Amino acid sequence: MKVLVAVKEVAEATDGFEIDGVDIDRRHLAYGLNEWDEYAVETGVRVAEQFDDAADDADAAGADTEVVSVTIGPERAEETVRTVLAKGVDRAIRVWDDDIAAAELDVAAKTRLLAAVAAEEEPDLILTGVQASDDEFGATGVSLADELGVEWAAVVNRVEVDDALARARVHRELEGGVEELSEVDLPAVLTVQVGSTDPRAASPIGDGPDAEPIERRGLADLGLDAGAVESPFRRTGASVPDRGVSTTYFDGDTDERAAGVADLLRDEGVVDG
Amino acid sequence: MSAGADAEGGVLAVVDHRRGELRDVSFEMVTAGRSLVDAVGGELHLAVVAGDVERFAEMLDVEGVDAVHTVADGEEFNHDVYATTVEALYADLEPEVLVMPGSVNGLDYAPAVANRLDLPLASGAVALSTDGGDVEVTRRIYRSKLEVTVAVEETPFALTVRDGAFPVTDNTGEAEIRPFEVAVDESALGSRVLGFEEVGEAIDVTYADLLIAVGRGIGSEENLELVERLAEVTGGTLVASRPVVDSGWVERSRQVGQSGQYVRPTVYLAVGISGAAQHVGQMENSETVVAIDRDPSAPIFDVADYGVVGDLFEVVPALVEQFEGDETDA
Repeated sequence: MKVLVAVKEVAEATDGFEIDGVDIDRRHLAYGLNEWDEYAVETGVRVAEQFDDAADDADAAGADTEVVSVTIGPERAEETVRTVLAKGVDRAIRVWDDDIAAAELDVAAKTRLLAAVAAEEEPDLILTGVQASDDEFGATGVSLADELGVEWAAVVNRVEVDDALARARVHRELEGGVEELSEVDLPAVLTVQVGSTDPRAASPIGDGPDAEPIERRGLADLGLDAGAVESPFRRTGASVPDRGVSTTYFDGDTDERAAGVADLLRDEGVVDG
Repeated sequence: MSAGADAEGGVLAVVDHRRGELRDVSFEMVTAGRSLVDAVGGELHLAVVAGDVERFAEMLDVEGVDAVHTVADGEEFNHDVYATTVEALYADLEPEVLVMPGSVNGLDYAPAVANRLDLPLASGAVALSTDGGDVEVTRRIYRSKLEVTVAVEETPFALTVRDGAFPVTDNTGEAEIRPFEVAVDESALGSRVLGFEEVGEAIDVTYADLLIAVGRGIGSEENLELVERLAEVTGGTLVASRPVVDSGWVERSRQVGQSGQYVRPTVYLAVGISGAAQHVGQMENSETVVAIDRDPSAPIFDVADYGVVGDLFEVVPALVEQFEGDETDA
């Protein structure tokens, strides 16, 4: 079986960041593996390991499993890709070229790029994080599924794949401590929620992560042209969210301040009794 | 099966419900939809899919809504049914803007619908500007630390609305209720919802009256008793910031700062929470925020309407005492 995991190198804003134009000044950005994708990688590696174990038990031939990662990102992202290779991913693909670099990638553009890679790889299962912490689209995985004409499930925190690779049973984490239990036909795209598993640390054993080649693809390699990454969205402004709040402080000794809060809660009508 | 051609142009918003209840984001989407209609013209139509659609439609007849399309297909959310239905409604109504919720279920169908209809998707809107007929979407990025405005240079387009970001619309309206039928071959669906499971206590913390949120300032698991007691005497619901949940002191269903989960209680009482950007981004739309923290420069005070600068280990017991009096009186 083959698992494809779409991972993103995200930019995190450092404390006290400054804005330059319509984005954060790049000197105030730090890069790393998207938190949600870390869980997607772990989920993918675990599913593959279960199939490996099952194949060992049955001494079955041809039950090869492979976990492949795909990343849209510049050369800098290879550092992040190395960390997923060290977390059990077997092979990595990085998609980038000058046209992609010049584009503002929206959900549709990412969908086209990832769909082209998925069409090449023909995985049984595609995993990615619920969202990227920097773009906060929360949409690419489900959009990709539709583009590929396969099933999907969003915000998944548990996955069981049946032996025949016909379907997956998933738990979806809804609001308020409720989980939905669903079954989807395979192949499928699942978007994985933070906290769903216990991600392993990167491991330095084996051939060593540096030895793994990272395959590169540009638009032309994927049978696409610059039109695939055009976007109708144009960023026009950036600011720190204006909270616009002035704070009233309760003064006095501890009891007086507590009484102030208590009166407020009663006035708001949110206290029982 | 026509839902009526008079809605051409305009806005179609697909409301959100779960287990027999309309979620509040539905009424927030009405507010967003009304503002979009100002920009693109036409009418504001809602669609409610699955469940007790007639009862929902009556509740959805609020100010500014021209029509509510009801699709009685199944009881609960299924993304294949939703995607097929919204695709059919879209084809019939040809709206300029298709609005869907940014809820967990919205995340499970809105991107698929946008893709199959070839609509650009602006996800997670927290505000809209419609000056001069041009739509600009405000959304948050970098864990909600940055707010950006994005001009949409093409219509039609699709939009998802972040939970709790827009005020609700509630005055009674004059909407026309129109049943809409879509042929969905249930046996051909590639996904099946098998059921629900409650993890710990099933509490939708999104719209509680009083959320009592505990942060790292609590120091240790043993100290949690203090805020648990406060929740008990006030009838508030205990939630926690991410570090507290990560420590395993409070279950994850009570975390504020989880993806896709935004809270908007009447009162948010933050205890020992410094106010990391990702936390603030998910609770700042609370109606009233009260913060108790020893550090006067803690960012939580930037979003607090009321503040107590002080040691929570003194203030919280004093606050509990205020309400223990009530208990004895009652």
